[in-house]
Amino acid sequence: MTLLRIENLSLAIHGTPILHGISLKIAEGEITALTGESGSGKSMTAFTTMGLLPKGTSTSGTITFDGTELLTVPEPKMCDLRGREIGMVFQEPMTALNPVQTIGAQVMETILIHKAMPPDQAEERAREVLVRVGLPPERFPLTRYPHELSGGQRQRVVIAMAIALRPRLLIADEPTTALDVTTQAQILDLLKRLVKEDGMALMMITHDLAVVSDMADTLNVMRHGEIVESGPTAQVLREMRHPYTRQLFEASRHQADLGKAKAEAPLLSVQNVSRDYPLPRKTPFGPRPMFRAVNTVSFEIKRGERVGLVGESGCGKSTLTRAILGLEPTQGGQITLAGDPVWRDGHPNLKVRRKMQVVFQDPYGSFNPRHRVARLITEPFHLLPDPPKGTDRDTAIAEALIAVGLKPEDANRHIHAFSGGQRQRIAIARALIIKPDLIVFDEAVSALDVRVRAQILDLMADLSRAYGLTYLFISHDLSVVRSITDRVMVMRAGEIVEDRPTADIFHAPNHPYTRELMDAAPQLPDFPEAQDAPHPAL
Amino acid sequence: MLGYIVKRLISLAISLFVASVVIFVVVEIAPGDPASFMLGINAQPDTVAALRTELGLDQSKLDRYLSWVGGMLTGDFGTSYTYRTPVVQMIADRMWVSLPLALYALTLSTLIAFPAGIFAAARRGGPGDLAVTGATQLGVAIPNFWFAMMLVLIFAINLRWFSAGGFPGWDKGFWGGMKALTLPAIALALPQAAILTRVMRSSLLDILGEDFMRTARAKGLTERQALWRHGLRNALIPVLTIIGLQFAFLLAGAIIIEQVFFLPGLGRLIFQAITQRDLIVVESVVMLLVFAVIVVNFLVDLAYAAVDPRLRTRT
Repeated sequence: MTLLRIENLSLAIHGTPILHGISLKIAEGEITALTGESGSGKSMTAFTTMGLLPKGTSTSGTITFDGTELLTVPEPKMCDLRGREIGMVFQEPMTALNPVQTIGAQVMETILIHKAMPPDQAEERAREVLVRVGLPPERFPLTRYPHELSGGQRQRVVIAMAIALRPRLLIADEPTTALDVTTQAQILDLLKRLVKEDGMALMMITHDLAVVSDMADTLNVMRHGEIVESGPTAQVLREMRHPYTRQLFEASRHQADLGKAKAEAPLLSVQNVSRDYPLPRKTPFGPRPMFRAVNTVSFEIKRGERVGLVGESGCGKSTLTRAILGLEPTQGGQITLAGDPVWRDGHPNLKVRRKMQVVFQDPYGSFNPRHRVARLITEPFHLLPDPPKGTDRDTAIAEALIAVGLKPEDANRHIHAFSGGQRQRIAIARALIIKPDLIVFDEAVSALDVRVRAQILDLMADLSRAYGLTYLFISHDLSVVRSITDRVMVMRAGEIVEDRPTADIFHAPNHPYTRELMDAAPQLPDFPEAQDAPHPAL
Repeated sequence: MLGYIVKRLISLAISLFVASVVIFVVVEIAPGDPASFMLGINAQPDTVAALRTELGLDQSKLDRYLSWVGGMLTGDFGTSYTYRTPVVQMIADRMWVSLPLALYALTLSTLIAFPAGIFAAARRGGPGDLAVTGATQLGVAIPNFWFAMMLVLIFAINLRWFSAGGFPGWDKGFWGGMKALTLPAIALALPQAAILTRVMRSSLLDILGEDFMRTARAKGLTERQALWRHGLRNALIPVLTIIGLQFAFLLAGAIIIEQVFFLPGLGRLIFQAITQRDLIVVESVVMLLVFAVIVVNFLVDLAYAAVDPRLRTRT
């Protein structure tokens, strides 16, 4: 039975059209996915359904939920529906919970605000719901605060709040995007189970086609505020009638053309490196306990090699990266680049620093918005003993911008004039400009949409082939690592558990943990049409 | 939580020690002889010598510091040179005016600022918000002595509801004392309320944009319920900081208002002591104020931990 019917829904915010004539249906016990790139309007569709739009919006069309017209229902009635009949789960579990209230109070609030049952029963129900989402009260008492839980556990609390009153429709907006693959798999399983057990309808919003293909009964592909293709998931992915669907699919499984690595002489050498962090004291005057984030790690990267470093959050990959870049001292072991130590006599070794550059994840936060591109990308010049000046400087800027596919004129613009993908190109230009030997990419494409991500991966591959660059590519995303590396290191709890060529490791993982990661990662189905796309090597 | 309190207590003790050393050094060891400074340039040498002995200036610096600190710990703050009365008695008398005045003003400012800030934040950009924000601009801009004189003009001289100044003392009855402090407290509270309102408003607005506020709405809370249940407590941290700072200021910074209303408060005491070069009084009052500020900060720290569970586990 159709529970939610959206017909010809259009939305404008302060006169700017956001959605154009969206129509879709969701039946009880069914998972319907909305997919598309950022700005396609999928979250806005969800917020319109929830009646949680920002001020200054105007809507037309109809959203009918079990006979109730949601766009015109008065606000008090809508408040009554939210939480009771329609629940919602959000993308960012780290910030979706109130930090000053216990998880028990927050789950109970859903029940109490609707006066569904008296407080003592509500507490009992909160306990039951937390058990259902995998947080048994013996280990996770109701008195816990959100900051005492991990991201995945917090997402379970958010889900518990959303399902406490057994809503008939659950809207999940990118519920696993901020989570590790193994946690993602658990949360997706949980959502599937809830749909099956309660006959709940699930509107699942995700940019990840692999997640969709695994979960959804029905798929709606959105672009620029429109649904360009919809139908049963398997059929949509098999037929891909709209070219945009095909583009998304191909970009999702994009394989960059790396060429053959000219790996000969070792460049980066990490020998028995350990890194400790002090933890808070247990007693006011007790000794400071230490946490070993990186535990006697050793590896080598040869010149021209593209190496991936994967692992879940907290495994120590970022700590290791900071040590390699010489940003923090190590508590043991030695890191050298072309034979020179990155840390010498208690100071970072500048001679080595100028041979390494890093590209970060967030293309929006990693630039000073007040500087022009020319100044932004020449920042690494301060590492040089004799930085180029005058026309030499201009030439260097132009070369770097051309190398990443931008124009020399872009040097005079401010960063806000560029899209996310262009910003990441600028970040790469900033890394290239002092002609480093090693570039570290720290989740450098994780924030990008699939099609832009494919372009950036191609750019990285081109640059590596053209300049013989060496890459250390850190990511939690296995499919990205697979497409851009020759070799993969898998890190877990401060140790590298597997270190083998990319093709081998993806073909036949050795370590149980690597297998666990691979199994947890959602897979795109292999459809015959899609295999026509270039798919070399692996 | 206990670890947090112990840690804050240790930092309180260290702050007090450092403050006492700084005050001692500035007042007693700084260039120039305190005795000849107190007596002025025309003093007779034997008078200066007598005062030096009286002040114990012929002892070693360490002995003087220890006897000063030891005296304060046992309630002996020395004897005022000008008035020839124990300093501790003078301070106690003034404290009975200044402390109630500061608390009164702080209560008023909080009572005004909380509702006004919440009101404005809930109506962001609307006419109510504009009115409140405009009023706070005015409140910050108006000099409090001018405002105090206006209060006297209207409520004391024209309406005759309050007396224009002076303090009858608490022995004449609680309400009499409160009545005498009312106009000064209002004059003191106005600019503080304006500042606090702005902090409350902007802090709440920050919180209203947080993800968990959206989560609360998705649970079925109305906007108002979300604001009260989830917004307010999260918005309190910056507000508590400002309240702590304001209390310290109100305790000693009321000097102008004390002058306008002829109140025998701490501000006037320290002002008179400075003009009469009564270093013993100055030293003790300053130390006392430092003590008050540090204790208030300690209480603010405890309030932080009560509001935010994340601070209890972090040490």
